[in-house]
Amino acid sequence: MVSLATNDRAALAWEVAASVPDPEVPCVTVADLGILRDVRFEGDVAVARVTPTYSGCPATLAIELAIETALLEAGFQARTERVFSPAWTTDWITEEGREKLRAYGIAPPVSGSNSIRALFGETVVACPKCGSDDTEKLSEFGSTACKAQYRCIACREPFDYFKCI
Amino acid sequence: MAGSADLFAALIELADDQLILGHRLSEWSGRAPILEEDLALSNLALDLIGGSRNIYTYAGLVEGKGRDEDDLAYMRLEREYLNCLLVERGNDDFAQTMLRQLYFAALMQPYWQAALASNDETIRGIAGKAVKEMAYHVRHSAEWVIRLGDGTAQSAEKMQAAVVEMHPFTEELFTMSEAARACAKAGSLPDRESLRAEWSRTIASVFEQALLTVPEVRFPQSGGRQGRHGEEMGHILAELQYVQRTHPGLTW
Ligand SMILES: [Zn+2]
Repeated sequence: MVSLATNDRAALAWEVAASVPDPEVPCVTVADLGILRDVRFEGDVAVARVTPTYSGCPATLAIELAIETALLEAGFQARTERVFSPAWTTDWITEEGREKLRAYGIAPPVSGSNSIRALFGETVVACPKCGSDDTEKLSEFGSTACKAQYRCIACREPFDYFKCI
Repeated sequence: MAGSADLFAALIELADDQLILGHRLSEWSGRAPILEEDLALSNLALDLIGGSRNIYTYAGLVEGKGRDEDDLAYMRLEREYLNCLLVERGNDDFAQTMLRQLYFAALMQPYWQAALASNDETIRGIAGKAVKEMAYHVRHSAEWVIRLGDGTAQSAEKMQAAVVEMHPFTEELFTMSEAARACAKAGSLPDRESLRAEWSRTIASVFEQALLTVPEVRFPQSGGRQGRHGEEMGHILAELQYVQRTHPGLTW
């Protein structure tokens, strides 16, 4: 059992939960993605609140289990809580998270994209390898719910784009 | 405030639509004409089934009898499912699958948009996710409807045949059950009828680009909202409920 002053305890629990990697995009943590909302204490139990990225994201349960396990291993009693409101948006991905995605070869979501409103609106996505804007969408759907497939015309490299929602 | 029985029934209508359509789409997994489309249809199915889980869970809470998402999804009888007939229609060919998706999503996108103003916080949360997902369901299915409608002679013929086959089932998308009416009045869920104009505009705009014509519907088909389903529904449930019925009380 961890015995720390209340503030230290909360900060440490956040630190532990925040460092859990996303199971499908392991280059970023749940905090980078903005899906870990907060960690609060109810008595001695650390309650981590998580917002799913997509309604049907199959990783949601795995993420909750990973966070709970990390907290348990750090000596906390822990549980997770799923919160839907407000809904997650890619705007919650941190600047650091965006950089990590780019370095990993995944183009980060374009902020303020018009992809919700426009029926056929196209977004300009820069190639994560060479930075060229000369890219084309191969498919709006990729290996996971949150990604689309693109190709760079300049360097010919195919890449994933983290869709903006 | 609508009674909890009304909210429960109206939520079940929504969740059943999503579960059954999601199940239909999942039947394409591993069978779609190209790999990209296989991934796309599986992704769309996941959105719908994932959304239905959230709605069932909330419906179970509202009902207050201790039923969870699995009880509601798997352990009801056919007549207790309240999905509209459109979503249970067979996949048949690619034209029919894409058109069914367009018809459904073209209503549900504005529906969830309107539900963002619900006075029920859980519904607002569910709507916040769904509205974005439905937007790309519309976009994806519309692209296909246009590509096939304005494609080869054969694809155009199949697309127009799908329209004739499926259009009679669209009227039921706007059916307001007593429960749905009570929830609309109470401000917890949107009024489907009020979204008809927007739906029609979307369909008209896509059909114009797809060179398709909206047929005159003399006999609109309905019954699902009262639990009266077509023959296909029994086949869907047989597959969907098999594990739970064979091993009652199983846990994952
Ligand atoms: Zn490039």
